[in-house]
Amino acid sequence: MLGINDPWILGVYLLSVLSALLCVAYGLANWNRGGEKEANEIREEVSWEKGETSMEEKELGL
Amino acid sequence: MDIILLNIIILVYILAVGYLGYRGWRETRDSADYMVAGRKIHPYVMAMSYGATFISTSAIVGFGGTAGLFGMGLLWLTFLNIFVGIFIAFVVFGKRTRRMGHNLSAMTFPELLARRFESRFIQYFGGLVIFLGMPMYASVVLIGAARFIETTLAIDFDLALMLFSVIIAAYVVLGGLKGVMYTDALQATIMFVGMAFLLVMTYSHLGGIAPAHQALTGMANLVPANLASMGHLGWTAMPAFGSAWWWTLVSTLVLGVGIGVLAMPQLVVRFMTVKSSREINRAVLVGGIFILMMTGVAFVVGALSNVYFVQNEGVIAIAAASGNSDSIIPVYINAAMPEWFVYIFMLTLLAAAMSTLSSQFHAQGTAIGRDVYETLVGMRGGRSIPITRIGIIIAVVVAVILGYVLPPSIIAPGTAIFFGLCAAAFLPMYACALFWRRATRAGAIAGMVAGTFASLFWLVFVHQKEAIALGIAKMILGRDVLIASMPWPVVDPIVVALPVSLVVTVAVSLATKPPAADHVEKCFEGID
Repeated sequence: MLGINDPWILGVYLLSVLSALLCVAYGLANWNRGGEKEANEIREEVSWEKGETSMEEKELGL
Repeated sequence: MDIILLNIIILVYILAVGYLGYRGWRETRDSADYMVAGRKIHPYVMAMSYGATFISTSAIVGFGGTAGLFGMGLLWLTFLNIFVGIFIAFVVFGKRTRRMGHNLSAMTFPELLARRFESRFIQYFGGLVIFLGMPMYASVVLIGAARFIETTLAIDFDLALMLFSVIIAAYVVLGGLKGVMYTDALQATIMFVGMAFLLVMTYSHLGGIAPAHQALTGMANLVPANLASMGHLGWTAMPAFGSAWWWTLVSTLVLGVGIGVLAMPQLVVRFMTVKSSREINRAVLVGGIFILMMTGVAFVVGALSNVYFVQNEGVIAIAAASGNSDSIIPVYINAAMPEWFVYIFMLTLLAAAMSTLSSQFHAQGTAIGRDVYETLVGMRGGRSIPITRIGIIIAVVVAVILGYVLPPSIIAPGTAIFFGLCAAAFLPMYACALFWRRATRAGAIAGMVAGTFASLFWLVFVHQKEAIALGIAKMILGRDVLIASMPWPVVDPIVVALPVSLVVTVAVSLATKPPAADHVEKCFEGID
């Protein structure tokens, strides 16, 4: 196959290509996984949520 | 070849590099920016920078030439470069390194290990191993690049060495890791384009993938007798099991270079430059393809150059290159490729050398500045950038001086020495730091010291390539190597030093008191 008779060399030729494809598949499958928010983004969200809650409370007259 | 056109192309390239270095400088405000690129690097830049640092000119020209001499067995190195050097390194080691580096606010590889094991000794000893071990590796790359500039641009060697060093020093000193990584990304892109063209043109020139390989397989009877006696069975066959070349291929290339890469400080620090695991996931995709296009292409083309030379000149590649395997790739490019490609390929090699050197200088600068000097004088905060800058300038000056004064026989094994040292000194401790909560400070220190000295001992007294070049064994023992019987003189130090270091790290850790639970918790926060 592919003009290479030694199975060790044919094998490693294919393994090299397959390992690069593994990297591609892994990258695509996990493209959006593992994202982390910045500490300041988290703080902003928390203060926004607090603001929302207090507004709601005022609104409802609690 | 049009020297003026080539000089113009290179000038444009240098200007682009200068601009990216300037951007790095403009965006550097604090030491985190300078040492870990502010921990907010784009995944493409991170992956390309990792790849370009990983792959030097010698990986393409030197190892490509070795493939021209010995054949496609070298592809085992490509496979490990991708599977271990990218996939395992990024997914298994990289994500934890990033998280732990962030938890401990570490800015260099020795600092990460030192803070994990709460030991200042680890930081300055590690810094010293890097600062003392890396200059020879750096000067190998530097001399290669200066020779290349001398022959292609018709610039005097000494002037080329100085000019080249000053240009790199300028953007590394000013731009810090941001400058290094931005320029790396440009250089890696150039390298990718150059190698992609080389692959396509070689296969199309030789009639396609299978016919090209078939022709090479059919040439096994042309292997010279001296190579056949080393175990060479043809360019598309593994060397004879247990032969000298088999041992060199398996132990030095596959284990030494293939696995040693996991603990290279200038690569590990890249993981600490991204914001989250998501960036690492994305970088895996880019890195895997990039490395395949670098060493994969270099080794396949190197081996296939034999077909070209036999068909066109009636001799095998090593004969066409007058017996010097380092010349196989350049001679092949000049003979078989169109002239416009020769320009692209020269730029590719220049980019490969610059990207590797810039990261080496940066790693050495942080090692001597932050890891050794600041740790020993007990200084923290504020002045890290100027101290590291001075460290980088010292590293550049040392590499240039080594380039001028050391004979090639000493410089050539520099890369192997550094790879072996890093693997033995750092890899077991690094793996335990990330994966074994029970590992202790005493275990880490004992393993690092044992690995360093086992590796140095093997290099000086047993592994014949370095032992003969260094001449210390001859001076003390009166003979070239301690054990002359095969296979020991060709067994790479990593095969011995790495297990020694690992066993010592584990045994001493188990024999000493476990580390404080709250510290371990802090290190592993956010790590499953």
